[in-house]
Amino acid sequence: MHELSVTEEILSAAQKIAEEEHALKITNIYLEIGKLSGIVDESVSFYWNELRKSTICEDATLHFSMVPARIKCRDCKNEYILEHDLIPCPSCSSLNIQIIGGEEFILKSIEIEK
Amino acid sequence: MATKRIEIVQDILNVNDQIAEQTSSDLHMHKIFSMNIMASPGAGKTSLIMRTLETLSPEIRCAVLEGDTAPVTIDAEKISGIGIPAIQINTGGDCHLNANLVRKGIQALDLDNLDLIIVENVGNLICPASWKLGTDINVVIASIPEGDDKPYKYPNIYRGIQALVLNKIDLKPYVDFNVPYFKAGITALNPQVEFFEVSSKTGEGIDTWVSWLKEKITHLS
Repeated sequence: MHELSVTEEILSAAQKIAEEEHALKITNIYLEIGKLSGIVDESVSFYWNELRKSTICEDATLHFSMVPARIKCRDCKNEYILEHDLIPCPSCSSLNIQIIGGEEFILKSIEIEK
Repeated sequence: MATKRIEIVQDILNVNDQIAEQTSSDLHMHKIFSMNIMASPGAGKTSLIMRTLETLSPEIRCAVLEGDTAPVTIDAEKISGIGIPAIQINTGGDCHLNANLVRKGIQALDLDNLDLIIVENVGNLICPASWKLGTDINVVIASIPEGDDKPYKYPNIYRGIQALVLNKIDLKPYVDFNVPYFKAGITALNPQVEFFEVSSKTGEGIDTWVSWLKEKITHLS
């Protein structure tokens, strides 16, 4: 349910940019979601369909690109992509690992009409 | 009418994170250590906080921010009842605390006379993980009756924490809880986490947990 708050943040960020750019409307919003971010794109879309009504984002479509979970092994320095949770380093089996990507949730760009 | 694409690259939770950073810097200016406690409902957050306060206070001057989704003051009253300042934060239905709510709560406290602020998050193993509050450490309380599979089912909450407190260990004889299996799940998600086993009811393990916390607090001041 935290996606509701997150979606409100997307709307608020997009509105701010639209104002700065003197946009007539926002048509597309491009987002990047990390696999480990804990944010579910379908839930964001669900809330978006309600929140965008009667705003400058009324006709804006959300586009998501998923960012994989990137892990670095602190012992053997191997870097790998985590397909599922809880996997030790595939090269040395160590659990001394660190997340180096996949936790982000980023507003990448927006398209406006002006 | 012209179409224009604007490149932004902005963290969506940027606003929240900026407020969290401000809180962190304000608290450090006052030499106050802060801890965010997360857990599922019923894991024993309030009971463990009370045990912790009883052991730390009055040597360490403490205050508690109590996060709840409904407009109740049950937990804040419990804490005030043992003479510790407590502020109730009602999220108005939201499933987590955010940096802004915590900041407002902190502004209601007398920061010149505190060493430790404990933030009790809303009981939830999913949503609080995404929202930084500006605390020095994040702690998850797990409990024996919840089952040993939680790290495997709710992985995100365990990634950004410094300590895991396994509560209600007095119930081990009655519940099939495989501690090594549970620990392996946590370690895989977060190898650096400190692990404590306690019972808020009997007091077992509380001293070890509080000693660790006390060292963190005194290290700051």
